[in-house]
Amino acid sequence: MTKVAAMVGTDAIAEAMRQINPDVVPAYPITPQTSIVETYAQMVADKLVDTEMINVESEHSALSAAIGAAAAGSRVMTATSSQGLALMWEMLYIASGLRLPIVMTNVNRALSAPVNIHCDHSDSMGARDAGWIQLYSEDAQEAYDNIIQAVRIAEHPDVLLPVMVLMDGFIISHSLGRVELLEDQPVKNFVGTIQPPYSLLDTKNPPSFGAFDGLHGYYFEVKRAQAQGMLNASAVIKKVGTEFAGISGRSYDFFETYRLEDAEYAIIALGSAAGTARTAVDELREQGERVGLLKLRMFRPFPAQELVDALSHIKAAAVLDRSDTLAGSIGGPVFVELRSAFYEAEKKPRLYNFIYGLGGRELDINMMKQTVETIQTGMSDGVVQSSVAYLGVRE
Amino acid sequence: MAIKLSEIVKQKELLAGGHRMCAGCGAPIAVRQVLHAAPQDAQIVVSGATGCLAVSTAIYPYSAWQTSFIHSAFENASATISGIEAAYIALKKQGKIGKDFRFVVFGGDGGTYDIGFQALSGMLERGHRVLYVCYNNEAYMNTGTQRSGATPMGTWTTTSPYGKGSSGKTQNRKDLTAIAAAHNIPYVAQAAVHHWRDTVAKAQKAFAVDGPAFLNILAPCHRGWRYPMEKTIELSKMATEACIWPLYEVENGEWRLTGKVQNKQELRGYLKVQGRFSHLFKPENEGVIEQMQEFVDQQWEALLVRCGEK
Repeated sequence: MTKVAAMVGTDAIAEAMRQINPDVVPAYPITPQTSIVETYAQMVADKLVDTEMINVESEHSALSAAIGAAAAGSRVMTATSSQGLALMWEMLYIASGLRLPIVMTNVNRALSAPVNIHCDHSDSMGARDAGWIQLYSEDAQEAYDNIIQAVRIAEHPDVLLPVMVLMDGFIISHSLGRVELLEDQPVKNFVGTIQPPYSLLDTKNPPSFGAFDGLHGYYFEVKRAQAQGMLNASAVIKKVGTEFAGISGRSYDFFETYRLEDAEYAIIALGSAAGTARTAVDELREQGERVGLLKLRMFRPFPAQELVDALSHIKAAAVLDRSDTLAGSIGGPVFVELRSAFYEAEKKPRLYNFIYGLGGRELDINMMKQTVETIQTGMSDGVVQSSVAYLGVRE
Repeated sequence: MAIKLSEIVKQKELLAGGHRMCAGCGAPIAVRQVLHAAPQDAQIVVSGATGCLAVSTAIYPYSAWQTSFIHSAFENASATISGIEAAYIALKKQGKIGKDFRFVVFGGDGGTYDIGFQALSGMLERGHRVLYVCYNNEAYMNTGTQRSGATPMGTWTTTSPYGKGSSGKTQNRKDLTAIAAAHNIPYVAQAAVHHWRDTVAKAQKAFAVDGPAFLNILAPCHRGWRYPMEKTIELSKMATEACIWPLYEVENGEWRLTGKVQNKQELRGYLKVQGRFSHLFKPENEGVIEQMQEFVDQQWEALLVRCGEK
């Protein structure tokens, strides 16, 4: 039995955390993540959970404490945004390098400067090579579902990597949406109990974590093993996404397609923009345009081959990026990686990159349609000069 | 509680021989003195800040730690152990752990006074039951002797060199022991490796309190201080006799001198035997030693007042 509720994204995350009941939650407040920490602190105060909550003095310490707690064999969750994630940067790599299955929500927010509290993906995209699995959410429902699945994915013995669940700041985190909440017991059964391979609290075989690699050590082999964990994650994410349907009726994959099978043109988006894109697709279809959508859920690991297979029949695609690599003319991270994935492919669409929504700049249905119009025109008369464009910027 | 060396030597060494610290290093002496004071029936988890100790005692695939050990990063040993202690509390409440565990951090002065200062303060303020031990050799020795917030004025280091326009470090060190005490935690003390009985006694008290404890232990480094390696214990003793490193404790807010100084020595003698101060004896640096002496005297007098000795 599920309960349907009107909830903001941060409450949906806190509710999932209550049901998961992690052993330790070290956290530090930052807009727009703060409401998660506040709601969870109240749950701790009301004894709705058994969690030891540590109100640390910075995000660097939040993730450091999470690392300590996970190395001690406990189940750990935390949450952050933007500057907080940036401050954690050093520890992101240590969490994944020590193979600790920490689950963290990052409520996407633009990185300074200039200081801006609104949504873009510059924070999490900046951490894309930190060895964390990244799952993006279109709405509060997906954020809730992703968090529950993240526990299973992170702790799987073939994976043992931290997972970051992404949710667009304010657009999802602070907007009321329809969320189907699961009963507590199915969630608890689904996540099970953590089975850490090593623990600092092991009395028989006290381990050493984070030893120095020496001068001719095993760093390379450790990183290779970590890369294997990320490779293994794909199959686990697929399996967990299918199993999740058993308790919720909602199954999850690397990405979701919408009216893409017979489409000539595609929009590729992640996060809340996918909802806007879906409406644009419907409206364009009504006008007789053969347009479809691919919503990317899993950015790490990057499902390169699956994306190529799903998009090879497309003439041209608008790839939406809510962050820029600021690397010159190569475009945003989703574009760069998708284009790279197609390099070996025989059949490939022409790819156009639209960088949108930086610092929370509005993205509406007309802008979304404009991207499709631009790529259609580009394909018919070749007037499109650049394959990377900024959408909605004041030039 | 009587401390008998004959009993201590029968205990298992929790930091095994064969670690790669330099011969004559003060740090492992401090570590062993502290760990010999740990309750014998408790399990220990050690969190090490990046530094000589961490990189020389756990070199994959070896570890000299007979305890559990974690090295995570430089500035976060306090935050890391906070998470471990919280996990212990959570798992103990759930009945998943029966054993009594104790949690200890070892950080150098760089990892404690400077880069780890914020995380240390946060840990002390939150009241975790953790013993933080600073093995203080008054500079960044792991990277080859750079000045830290613990380096005394006048000291030569590679980043406070002497030259035509410089007579070594120009600033006095910060008083971290007093800053730790200002967190109003149950136990804070300053110790030195030559006085093993005093250090073990302090560590016993630190382990006994139900809350955070902080020990600042002078651990001379012959590589950075430039003295013969067999003189570490002597240097430690000279520092306390010159009152540049007084031995005291702050127990529940009560300040107490633990090393009575019968015959306070002039700083000059202590400086003279160390290469890091040799430039101070050149004519162009005249006056620096007097300034250093003045600072030491002021600090010492203030401490005597705080400890009710004056």
